[in-house]
Amino acid sequence: MSSAQRSPATRPKYYDLNLLNLPMPGLVSIFHRITGVAMFLFLIPALLFVLQCTLGSEDGFNRWKSFFSEPMVKVIFLGFVWSYMHHFFAGIRYLLLDVHVGIAKEPAQFSAKVVLVLGVVATLLIGVRIW
Amino acid sequence: MVKKIDKTPVGAHYGWQDWLAQRVTAVIMVLFSIVFIGFFVIKGSVSYADWKALFSSQLFRVLAVLFLFSVFYHAWIGIRDVLMDYIKPTGIRLTAQVAVLLFLVSCAIWSVAILWGK
Repeated sequence: MSSAQRSPATRPKYYDLNLLNLPMPGLVSIFHRITGVAMFLFLIPALLFVLQCTLGSEDGFNRWKSFFSEPMVKVIFLGFVWSYMHHFFAGIRYLLLDVHVGIAKEPAQFSAKVVLVLGVVATLLIGVRIW
Repeated sequence: MVKKIDKTPVGAHYGWQDWLAQRVTAVIMVLFSIVFIGFFVIKGSVSYADWKALFSSQLFRVLAVLFLFSVFYHAWIGIRDVLMDYIKPTGIRLTAQVAVLLFLVSCAIWSVAILWGK
């Protein structure tokens, strides 16, 4: 075999970019990124605006309270609740990995599963609470 | 003869500071989130009076602004990392980074105005 055939430059590369085929830690990671960007774009300005209106006057508070009782608003809100909760638990997992807790392959795969489940469970709990 | 090179081989010393800041701000946000969600769990239904009373406490305002500034700093580091990953042309990337930075600084000023305004 010639060395040219073995060199990395000529070797075919194949990245499986389908999210469904990602291992659990990969899924946690890309969701961490997507939820982070989504919250930066929408949640930060929206929440500041709501904070301003609800603290501004009783009228504003009641207007937003009735706005949040709309089913469609609740669904969208829960989407952001999931974003926050997933980012929250995935972040705690990264903090633990930073201090070398659960760094081996099996515990890391297990904790990734735990993060995905906790994000959904926390969202469901808040969903039950607001419905 | 080979000259010994004793120049530091990397220049990005701010890198570890940002890495650490992202984690410190994360811990602040975790703690505040627990307090904030706890308020809603204990209160059950939150009225305008409850909401006003919570934010009239100077201590809570300080905690809230610490949380919000943590959010903005954390978001800056995170979004900058995302931009560095996906936008290769330097001019476009720097423009986007400046836009993000200006937006977040504006949010920080806005949040102080909301909490201590009037």
